[in-house]
Amino acid sequence: MWKYEKKLQYPVKVSTCNPTLAKYLIEQYGGADGELAAALRYLNQRYTIPDKVVGLLTDIGTEEFAHLEMIATMIYKLTKDATPEQLKEAGIDAHYVNHDKALFYHNAAGAPFTATYIQAKGDPIADLYEDIAAEEKARATYQWIIDLSDDPDLNDSLRFLREREVVHSQRFREAVEILKEERDRKKIF
Amino acid sequence: MEQLPQEYYQLLEEIQSVDFVIVELTLYLDTHPDDYNALQQYNQFAAYSKKLKDNFESLFGPLEQGSLIKNTDYWSWSSSPWPWQV
Repeated sequence: MWKYEKKLQYPVKVSTCNPTLAKYLIEQYGGADGELAAALRYLNQRYTIPDKVVGLLTDIGTEEFAHLEMIATMIYKLTKDATPEQLKEAGIDAHYVNHDKALFYHNAAGAPFTATYIQAKGDPIADLYEDIAAEEKARATYQWIIDLSDDPDLNDSLRFLREREVVHSQRFREAVEILKEERDRKKIF
Repeated sequence: MEQLPQEYYQLLEEIQSVDFVIVELTLYLDTHPDDYNALQQYNQFAAYSKKLKDNFESLFGPLEQGSLIKNTDYWSWSSSPWPWQV
């Protein structure tokens, strides 16, 4: 089961109402390498991965939901005071027509979230390499968003999230080594 | 929504930084379960987090399901502010 904590993992502040930045951030909400995809990918892989890395997948998968909440908070704060005219200028009029200011799981280009973003091969090495790639892609996406953003408060939170991708990737690499070691040990005896 | 005192943000940020240490140590220990030094650090920060949350909850309300309701005589769990509102 899961327990909700009534706090963000890291503070989220935004300097000004800025629906254009919100449009970019949607990529990390419902995009292929976004936080929802990450959480669902890792938590789903847990059931068939060797015991030694179940804890890691559980804990990183859970942290991804905390990141999803941070992204949602950013989008909410960047758009809550925007007029329809400002949303139109930012190019999210099509979103507004369908959802008003409600969040929705789609990417920055408006393509709805799909389970095909997630792989589950049942082969531990294949799955962990997929996870490492996902973290690196998410890290790159955060970098592109930071490059486009001129909001120093928002960028502080985005840098935190970018660093988390680096740490997760590192831990998944260690998990690969743990499994390889175990495999090699079995061959010897 | 009413204005929150500066203390709310200060105490919450303290909890966020201590809990971040716990998250980091958790992931590290997931791949280094035999590191006794890290385990001791984990226990130290887990105890510290508990202490900080206990104080925060007595002032501003429960942080999670199962927390004692100490700040009000009504069910304050479902009261705002929610994390995205502060």
